Amino acid sequence: MLIYVLRRLGFALVTCLFISVLTFVIIRLPPGDFVDAYIANLAASGSSISVDQAAAMRHEYGLDRSVVVQYWNWMSRVLRGDFGVSMMWRRPVTEVIGDRLWLTMVVSVAALFLTWVIALPIGIYSAVRQYSFGDYVFTMLGFIGLALPNFLLALILMYFGFRYLGLNVGGLFSAEYVQAPWSLARVWDLMKHLPLPAAVLALAGTAQLIRIMRANLLDELRKPYVVTARAKGLTEQRAILKYPVRAALNPFASSIAYLFPYLVSGSIIVSLVLGLPTVGPLLLQALVAQDMFLAGAIVMLLGVMTVVGTLISDMLLMWIDPRIRLEGR
Amino acid sequence: MSATAAGDPPASKAETRFAEATQLQLTWWRFRRHRLALASLVIVVLFYAVAAFADFLATNDPHATDARRSFIPPQGIHLFDENGFNPHVYGLRGVRDMRTFKLAYAPDESRKLPVRLFVRGYDYDLLGLFPTNLHLFGVQGAKPGEGIFLFGTDQLGRDLYSRMMVATRVSLSIGLAGVLLSLFLGVLLGGISGLYGGWVDTLIQRLIELLRSVPTIPLWMGLAAALPNTWSVTQVYFAITLIISLIGWTDLARVVRGRFLALREEDFVVAAELAGASQGRIIFRHMLPSFASHVIAATTLALPAMIISETSLSFLGLGLRPPAVSWGILLQDAQNIQVLSGAPWLLLAAVPVTVVILAFNFLGDGLRDAADPYG
Repeated sequence: MLIYVLRRLGFALVTCLFISVLTFVIIRLPPGDFVDAYIANLAASGSSISVDQAAAMRHEYGLDRSVVVQYWNWMSRVLRGDFGVSMMWRRPVTEVIGDRLWLTMVVSVAALFLTWVIALPIGIYSAVRQYSFGDYVFTMLGFIGLALPNFLLALILMYFGFRYLGLNVGGLFSAEYVQAPWSLARVWDLMKHLPLPAAVLALAGTAQLIRIMRANLLDELRKPYVVTARAKGLTEQRAILKYPVRAALNPFASSIAYLFPYLVSGSIIVSLVLGLPTVGPLLLQALVAQDMFLAGAIVMLLGVMTVVGTLISDMLLMWIDPRIRLEGR
Repeated sequence: MSATAAGDPPASKAETRFAEATQLQLTWWRFRRHRLALASLVIVVLFYAVAAFADFLATNDPHATDARRSFIPPQGIHLFDENGFNPHVYGLRGVRDMRTFKLAYAPDESRKLPVRLFVRGYDYDLLGLFPTNLHLFGVQGAKPGEGIFLFGTDQLGRDLYSRMMVATRVSLSIGLAGVLLSLFLGVLLGGISGLYGGWVDTLIQRLIELLRSVPTIPLWMGLAAALPNTWSVTQVYFAITLIISLIGWTDLARVVRGRFLALREEDFVVAAELAGASQGRIIFRHMLPSFASHVIAATTLALPAMIISETSLSFLGLGLRPPAVSWGILLQDAQNIQVLSGAPWLLLAAVPVTVVILAFNFLGDGLRDAADPYG
């Protein structure tokens, strides 16, 4: 078991390293470097610096060194929590991102829980009552959920909310709480705004999960031990919930690992449509303005967050499934 | 294995027919039973037909702007008038809203523009080869600014229906190009992984796991935003295709690897090996035919993801750039609730996206079931 944990931990570290290299590539991709952008910024505001000064700046930021050294310097600063300065906002990147990272997290995790809460009972129902009317309805809904990209769903919901209910469905806070410091009332306000974006995000994943759950449970239900359980006179409820559902849950738990990156990914684009104060809109602004330190920090943090999420799901899986727990022995 | 599994041949001849059928025939019989997949196949073929003949089906030049006809609501075609069958649309008349002083177009019921088949319109190259100006249908006798706007117009007065036709071509082809590229990567790396095993396999499997644990949209956004502004539409198109497929190949690689691993142990492969067949012959003559159908099914299922990716990126303004027209670019106009509440018809571009993704999903499901004709 310890070996398993260590292996997953090691893999998580490698993934983080991989993400950091990717992030560095993204930061370096646009033509020109930080100093070029800085000079262009100055020129836009009417002032300028000499060639010597530019060279001095390059030297100070280590931009005249080799790529590997630059990566190393950048990485060692990141590890100390210093992501550099955002050119667009002229403030440290960490300060610009602020609460947004946690709000991204909150929205993604809420979507994940919603996915489970919806998919579990519907999955069981669809398997137990296979080919019933309800099964077809849910299968159909699932397919639509699969086919409708979540940002489109957000757009459509927003339009109908605005048109027929006269409300603005966007945002995560009511107007009076947007700038307010954190308080219980603000948290409650967040809770009230959370269901809609979470539902929009959860739909596609739910559809997938229902199909997996249904298929798994159908496989289990056909096994002889279920017949035995019924023959011994167990109530239908007990005969299904006690063993087959538990056995079918394993792949269900492992699906978190791939569902979570997907949800974080989706939250970026849904946030833009619904105007959520997550890192999504910030990332787009940063990329359009080529504010690469800010963009890089966001990509990096999102990546690391997903890795942590995956790691948690691995641990959860180990807790549920004894076969994995015993593997390392 | 029962004879009824083969489809609808009569029971007496069924046995022989089933035994003599080629793999392709078996797959087709099995696929035919999946009605939804069959219907989806028709829809997909229709969509590609639209893509091929987009300009022929369009009624107005999809790039022509006209400030006077901005945000015209969809026009219905009226089939009959007092003289019997005479399909027509109403002409347009500028009306000034006396509260906002905004000039808006309203249907002018006194002017009828007849709708006819095979009319002459703007110039284009049919299938990219034959210069012509023939269109499937259109109006006759329109004054400048007038025309037929089946799905309304956008802010710049461009005809949404015609733009959707042309967008189909871009969106579907970028999906296809992206999927072909990922297919190449997937078959290559998945094949190597499954064939050689050992540390190569471990390395490739870890790489796949890595790519899958990274959230894709931020990554795509970062890569797409780095494309130079000076690039032409075509360059951006290929770059976006490349970016999308760089991540999309992992699923296909898994399928290919899985099939390789399973087939390597099969009797007929071992027999071929013992008979002294070369490795190339074993792969291409013996193994490839039996997993080609699986790969085709996986490819079909990968296509919707490609289309969604392109649509999402273009929707964000980081994908294709105008004057290119794709479904994502059309939806970009509908991003804003102020615009949307005034011109809800801009959301119509969501319909083809949803329909084609649904169709590809059903088709892929049907193909996957059919890929195992003996199952």
